[in-house]
Amino acid sequence: MRAAAEKGHTSAASLPGIPRASKLITSAVAAKSEATTSSPSTKPGHEVLLFEALQEGLEEEMEKDPRVCVMGEDVGHYGGSYKVTKGLAEKFGDLRVLDTPIAENSFTGMAIGAAMTGLRPIVEGMNMGFLLLAYNQISNNCGMLHYTSGGQFTIPIVIRGPGGVGRQLGAEHSQRLESYFQSVPGLQMVACSTPYNAKGLMKAAIRSENPVILYEHVLLYNLKERIPDEDYTCCLEKAELVRPGKDVTILTYSRMRHHVLQAAKTLINNGYDPEIIDIISLKPFDLYTIGNSIKKTHRVLIVEECMRTGGIGASLRSSIIDNFWDYLDAPIMCLSSQDVPTPYAGPLEDATVVQPPQIVKAVEQLCQ
Amino acid sequence: MGWRLPLRTALWTLRGKQPKATADMVRELSHRREVYSAVPCHLHIFPILKRLQSSEPERACSQNMDEEMNDFMGRKVSYSSQMCFIPEESTNSVPCYRLLSTHGDLLDPSSINELDKELCIEMYRKMVTLQVMDTIFYDAQRQGRISFYVTTIGEEAINIGSAAALNATDVVFSQYREPGVLMWRGFTLQQFANQCYGNEYDLGKGRQMPVHYGSNELNYLTVSSPIATQVPQAVGAAYGLKMDKKDACAVTYFGDGGTSEGDFHAGMNFAAVLGAPVLFICRNNGWAISTPTSEQFRSDGVAIKGQAYGVRSIRVDGNDALAVYFAVKNARKMAVEEFRPILIEALTYRVGHHSTSDDSSKYRSVDEIEYWRTRRDPVARLRMFLQSNRWWDDENEDLLRQDLRTQMMSVLHNAESKKKPGLSNLFEDVYDVIPQNLKEQEQETQAIVGKYPKDYPSDVPLD
Repeated sequence: MRAAAEKGHTSAASLPGIPRASKLITSAVAAKSEATTSSPSTKPGHEVLLFEALQEGLEEEMEKDPRVCVMGEDVGHYGGSYKVTKGLAEKFGDLRVLDTPIAENSFTGMAIGAAMTGLRPIVEGMNMGFLLLAYNQISNNCGMLHYTSGGQFTIPIVIRGPGGVGRQLGAEHSQRLESYFQSVPGLQMVACSTPYNAKGLMKAAIRSENPVILYEHVLLYNLKERIPDEDYTCCLEKAELVRPGKDVTILTYSRMRHHVLQAAKTLINNGYDPEIIDIISLKPFDLYTIGNSIKKTHRVLIVEECMRTGGIGASLRSSIIDNFWDYLDAPIMCLSSQDVPTPYAGPLEDATVVQPPQIVKAVEQLCQ
Repeated sequence: MGWRLPLRTALWTLRGKQPKATADMVRELSHRREVYSAVPCHLHIFPILKRLQSSEPERACSQNMDEEMNDFMGRKVSYSSQMCFIPEESTNSVPCYRLLSTHGDLLDPSSINELDKELCIEMYRKMVTLQVMDTIFYDAQRQGRISFYVTTIGEEAINIGSAAALNATDVVFSQYREPGVLMWRGFTLQQFANQCYGNEYDLGKGRQMPVHYGSNELNYLTVSSPIATQVPQAVGAAYGLKMDKKDACAVTYFGDGGTSEGDFHAGMNFAAVLGAPVLFICRNNGWAISTPTSEQFRSDGVAIKGQAYGVRSIRVDGNDALAVYFAVKNARKMAVEEFRPILIEALTYRVGHHSTSDDSSKYRSVDEIEYWRTRRDPVARLRMFLQSNRWWDDENEDLLRQDLRTQMMSVLHNAESKKKPGLSNLFEDVYDVIPQNLKEQEQETQAIVGKYPKDYPSDVPLD
């Protein structure tokens, strides 16, 4: 196998383009990441935290289009549990930034009704897990009514909120909703992972005519990055090539992107050349970008936070097998969380989330 | 500002009695200018919390623990050392508003001057049309010509009476037993048939079961079967209307069974908090498939639930088209002008089966059904009123029914003979633009259907 010839005894420093071994970094996950997206802008831009980037995107769209409104619990004067809607109620009034009673099915239903009659609402779930209460509205109405009405009514709604495993938030607050919603026809799903794509995806989602679910991660809100000053959006259906490489294609999204990047430092130091793709679009998958990568590397590792059963990884694996079987030199590996509720105890919780050493080991195994 | 609801007086009001006031209380009440009557329908207007019209956070009133009345987040509560539970039901049930007797006589004969003759005749004609359409579609289902149908027999007055009281710009979110509202707004018999047959002229492009009508043009949202999901959606539409300051309201219909769903509770609560201009019209027809209302809830029907959420409500005789008309007309005015939701409980009876998949004689007596069908028919009741005023006669009746039958036959025949939507309709409108994975699935499906045409219906075009 070609990878075996290149790895091993040659020292990392002698291979072109590989950073020197002295640059080994073992910092924590949520710190500033170095190998981030290439922002197309040449202007200096401004530094923001991820939640501020979301807030900026939201504010700009609300200014631009008076039909855009936000509803959710504590989004008004409290500014949102994660401060994504901070300052918006003061600016736009508390009808456009609406505090709702605790009834997720109600305000999701409301948003659907408002969307069908001309508004462009953004629904905030305080935690994505709470949106399970709105599953009926999301599945039976949000995803369906454009279709069943024969195209007469559109539902340009954005449903967003933090999900994923946090720091000891307990099982009910560590749900991976992308796994439950991925099957609902008519929905689009995207996951943001950096301030740059958070703002871009937020704006694109608001402008989209389809119902879009924007998955944020509870531990990524304080990620800092320099983003462009000018108006930009990210494509909702396009994956992001984070790091080009040729040994293996690592497909990931949301928080796991940062775990993968962390593992990549070790891998690069050890002489591997992983190609890292943040899939961004969870439904539909950007099979074009993913396919081009697989045709180059012939090996796939999926790193996700969903459970092993029925998660994004499971669907992605099956899509890749359907479309790119001939290009694979090895079975697709998928690193996911176990099929257990997320425990509260710290060490146990860490054990259910895929950690960088696991990723390193998986790549080594894949490239043998 | 805030609500002032002395607990003692609330108890008495709910029990339907006058307060047993002491002299002190009377002085206190009149000082505060509060008067309660025993009849819940005549609720007095309370100031609506203005929070949702401004950007100022609501300030809590001062908490002075020495006052007799104490303040909990803007609501004054008085204390009592007499332990008193609010009874589960009041002595008198909520009275039911009606204008016509069961035999079609105006209960107040002088009110004839307020009635518009042309409007009454048109309402009647539409009620008959609805009745005839239902009968013929039901028979068509029994003959296997359409796959499924839901009749509105017995509820024509609610359908047409309420529809006539609304404006064309009011947005309607229905359950599935309100085609009369769509009919009033101009949906033709042919369009109803096209939807039931799912042919290429169906506005829904053949994607929904029969009776799941929808028309963007007529402001009638496409019917979605899950019970009560339309209730919070209507509140959302009303929220939009309020923001845009439109002279329109949202209207939502649901049955007695629908009031048990969480969405009903949530929608009502929210509409009250928001001050949304929405009408909640409940068709309390006694049955939710086989569940009678005695097993659906234990409250005094649905109208009483309004007060629990802070929503003004009324109970109306659902088989009296004129009463329904006036109640909805007034409710609409309040909703739009005062930015408040209104709950209307229309008492009626579901004469037909739940749907063509149901045989209601299995859980209710045939006598009961016959009684309501023959002796309490809302269509006949309005007819008796019209004929007693010489606004209608037997000849008009025969002509109308004959004409409708002929129209329906032709409409059915037309709908049947039209093609079904092509296969591409299976994949369109899932998203605004068809994505790659669906394009591939479409190609696969076309290939299979093209390869084994004998295994697929011959009247479905491949494109």
